[in-house]
Amino acid sequence: MSEPEIGIIDQVVSQEYKYGFSTDIEMETAPIGLSEDTVRFISAKKNEPEWLLEWRLKAYRNWLKMEAPTWQNFSYPKVDYQKVIFYAAPKQKITLDSLDQVDPELLKTFEKLGISLLEQKRLTGVAVDAVFDSVSIATTFKEQLKEKGVIFCAISEAVHEHPELIKKYLGSVVPATDNYYAALNSAVFSDGSFVYIPKGVRCPMELSTYFRINAENTGQFERTLIIADDESYVSYLEGCTAPMRDENQLHAAVVELVAMEKAEIKYSTVQNWYPGDKDGKGGIYNFVTKRGSCEGAFSKISWTQVETGSAITWKYPSCILKGDNSAAEFFSVAVTNNRQVADTGTKMIHIGKNTKSRIVSKGISAGFSQNSYRGLVKINKNASMARNYTQCDSMLIGDKCGAHTFPYIEVNNNTATLEHEASTSKIGEDQIFYCNQRGIALEEAISLIVNGFCKEVLNQLPMEFAVEAQKLLAVSLEGSVG
Amino acid sequence: MLSINNLKASIEGKAILNGINLDIKPGEVHAIMGPNGAGKSTLSSVLAGRSDYEVNDGSALFMGKDLLALSPEDRAREGLFLAFQYPVEIPGVSSTNFLKTAINEKRKYLGLDPMEATDFLKFMKLKMEEMEMDKSLTSRSLNEGFSGGEKKRNEVFQMAMLEPKLCIMDETDSGLDIDALRLVSAGVNKLRTPERSFLVITHYQRLLDYIVPDFVHVLYKGRIVKSGDASLAKELEVKGYDWIKQEVESAK
Ligand SMILES: Nc1ncnc2c1ncn2[C@@H]1O[C@H](COP(=O)(O)OP(=O)(O)OP(=O)(O)O)[C@@H](O)[C@H]1O
Ligand SMILES: [Mg+2]
Repeated sequence: MSEPEIGIIDQVVSQEYKYGFSTDIEMETAPIGLSEDTVRFISAKKNEPEWLLEWRLKAYRNWLKMEAPTWQNFSYPKVDYQKVIFYAAPKQKITLDSLDQVDPELLKTFEKLGISLLEQKRLTGVAVDAVFDSVSIATTFKEQLKEKGVIFCAISEAVHEHPELIKKYLGSVVPATDNYYAALNSAVFSDGSFVYIPKGVRCPMELSTYFRINAENTGQFERTLIIADDESYVSYLEGCTAPMRDENQLHAAVVELVAMEKAEIKYSTVQNWYPGDKDGKGGIYNFVTKRGSCEGAFSKISWTQVETGSAITWKYPSCILKGDNSAAEFFSVAVTNNRQVADTGTKMIHIGKNTKSRIVSKGISAGFSQNSYRGLVKINKNASMARNYTQCDSMLIGDKCGAHTFPYIEVNNNTATLEHEASTSKIGEDQIFYCNQRGIALEEAISLIVNGFCKEVLNQLPMEFAVEAQKLLAVSLEGSVG
Repeated sequence: MLSINNLKASIEGKAILNGINLDIKPGEVHAIMGPNGAGKSTLSSVLAGRSDYEVNDGSALFMGKDLLALSPEDRAREGLFLAFQYPVEIPGVSSTNFLKTAINEKRKYLGLDPMEATDFLKFMKLKMEEMEMDKSLTSRSLNEGFSGGEKKRNEVFQMAMLEPKLCIMDETDSGLDIDALRLVSAGVNKLRTPERSFLVITHYQRLLDYIVPDFVHVLYKGRIVKSGDASLAKELEVKGYDWIKQEVESAK
């Protein structure tokens, strides 16, 4: 199979990033830079209890002693934290009684992104929490969820409404000292979503958080905490976009999942932060720590991610399989084009007996981009009969991009079964011509072939998001081959 | 329908087609035969618009349009279909999705609204029955893991779905078992109409027993060196190509 000619590859110009607009709205920001005062400022803005301020300060002091990690497969300019704004919020009342009080500019912004916060307009079956820069703007369907005992609100609100849960679980899966960016997040996190599903409840609708970075020079540091109590189920989705700006912006989130006995959490991400322009100028640095704990026996966590945006994506949604017979899955599609970089994968830590994990990673690289899969499967001493299946497929479009895999394995129990499969393919000229001959032009052909390649992962997404994700894949690769 | 005039084409500087002349009228079936490497597949690829080949001279008019000036996808949308000698696999893409995309791209080009999903499925079901296609094939990923014969049958099925004006079939009979050959031929015959034309490339008379051609051409060293009616194929079956090669050489 021959690859598409280089001459053809350069022909088509990339389509503009569709979500690149910015919203003009009055903002309240923290003074630029980072110090203990910044941490105090944020905590005060949120009216936080003393214990949380202390928790943040401790994280901050730890962070000061830490160094940014250097083991990644790419380099990036050092972030000057004194030039970052750590808190930015629309200047309006923080707590809202109803959506009528939300600034219409904000509602418009989300409408433009395809997220209607007006409930009657929402597709049924999805409740949304909208986070704009550092604050949660609105959470829909709260009342309906409440009837079932489901808590879905901004984490800043949960601190006041459900302090016992926050105290117990915040930092329980990703400790404040876990890593450089997690420590930073713990010190300055502004908002994010909180979910609690009570015992035996199947959450009646999809929950979704939509993150939007708008302000200039700000970082976004959201924090998400999801707790699924015994025998409960929840499917959660996050989406994100940002305006096109020439400078790089830092996004360092922390997501913690806790699944108790026989509980199941499905966490899906469609990541579409601004990737920077064709020459690699601007774009989001997406340095995120996501981890789930299968606490209880027979619990299950699955991560599904479709990563198309960001200048640099650096994240490893992981699972700690503590409960006996617990299961974990990681399904990933990472697309890089132009000068984008992705270093992503997962860690599966098997602690309980009969635990099983499954990893399916699909990397697609085009342009001058670099795409790495990095994964660790660790079987602890007592994790008898643990099983892992890993499948890593890479697809290359053109010959100036790179695909890399770094699978690490640590097995300390000889009853474990591990399987690993890997493949690398190129989109062939033959495949493209075949599509052309059936009346399907180049861009559409690439989109078909790529979607076919990612099918296993896309199938994991809730229906309507799968359709979105497919479109997104097509848009991200536009201009990758001409 | 199709009028090829003095068509010359090369690949990587090597001349393969050395002046092809061919005229196909609506409803006609033309068979092209000829020894391995004569340029039969090259001719079909050049007509379909494969970019590896360079057209050095000549012209091709398709339905009054300059075929060679159109992109490969527009040629397809105008109604030119090529059943490939070696159909490619596209993992993860179902036949259903592929054909729906193809049909709707064509409709868009013709200024028609896309086909509704339910109408499409009905249409597909109808064509599957007509072509005696097994459901298990169309629900699988396109050509992935298909046997050689299954791939060929799938090409003919796609042809039925896309309803082209001109069907070019490059050795669709190769690799088919006896029953499949009968099925494929019956399928093709169902598609024959007074408007639709066929250019059938084959090595074997056998196929032409089922799909009776109006004309048979022999392609040799990039030229059509002999044309006749269906009886020419029978003659070739008995005598092989040597006598034609000799005729060509002695004419030099
Ligand atoms: N990419 C290429 N580079 C060099 N020569 C090529 C290339 N593709 C085809 N050819 C040559 O062009 C000639 C014609 O090939 P073509 O496939 O058209 O023959 P054919 O008549 O279809 O043969 P067959 O009956 O075996 O299918 C052959 O000599 C072949 O080797
Ligand atoms: Mg051939």
